[in-house]
Amino acid sequence: MKRRTFLKGGIAASAATVAASAGLLTPTAVLAAWPKSAFESKDLKAAMSAIAGGDSPAMDSSIKFSKTPDIAENGAVVPVTVSTDMAGVESISIFASNNPSPLLASFNLGEGALPYASTRIKMAKTGDVIAVVKANGKLLMNKKQVKVTIGGCGG
Amino acid sequence: MSTIRLKAKQKDGVTTVKCLISHPMESGLRKNKKTGKKIPAHFIEEVTAEHGGKTVMTAYWSGGISKNPYLAFKFKGGAKGDEIKISWKDNKGESDSASAKIG
Repeated sequence: MKRRTFLKGGIAASAATVAASAGLLTPTAVLAAWPKSAFESKDLKAAMSAIAGGDSPAMDSSIKFSKTPDIAENGAVVPVTVSTDMAGVESISIFASNNPSPLLASFNLGEGALPYASTRIKMAKTGDVIAVVKANGKLLMNKKQVKVTIGGCGG
Repeated sequence: MSTIRLKAKQKDGVTTVKCLISHPMESGLRKNKKTGKKIPAHFIEEVTAEHGGKTVMTAYWSGGISKNPYLAFKFKGGAKGDEIKISWKDNKGESDSASAKIG
């Protein structure tokens, strides 16, 4: 009986290995939805167009940055929380104006999700943290300057 | 051990989900100080949150998100005892998921 369980376990394990290696060989197929061009763009406006479909959103002060510091001692960990009281928000994208690749994150909100996203970002140097909100097909943005004492992207 | 630590709390009809993921989040721009070689990119590209068979939120990330990333979001419609599931996938095809009950 023990031998049988052992054999079964072995077969299951090898099947899992095959599946895992197949997955590793085709990561692009698995992650087709990840917006590669937007994330790899080195230009802020180009990144905005690629992720949100427009490069000049209107400023809107109802987009709030809470828990986001004025001065970040460590650019490797800058807390950012974006929220708004707008209705019909579809997505929230977060950019750092002076990073090598400005787009950092894009949150797509599903049914029932509130317009709120909180995370921690890396900032190469002092610059603006920009939030672009897509609501009812319109693009709106707000920004907040964060001074960085030690950069978080360099080597 | 799951790489995801997850907490979900419901208050006044709004569920707040907070999670911490253990991940190096290498941007691909950093250099190894000793060898001068670039450290290859290794970061989470996609995080999804599911509740009751529906996707509540999908986050797409770059290597510009901090190491051991933190994520919080809120949604309406969750009840105490409901299950919430978080899954992530990275640029090397690795993945993980975890679930928690809304408290």
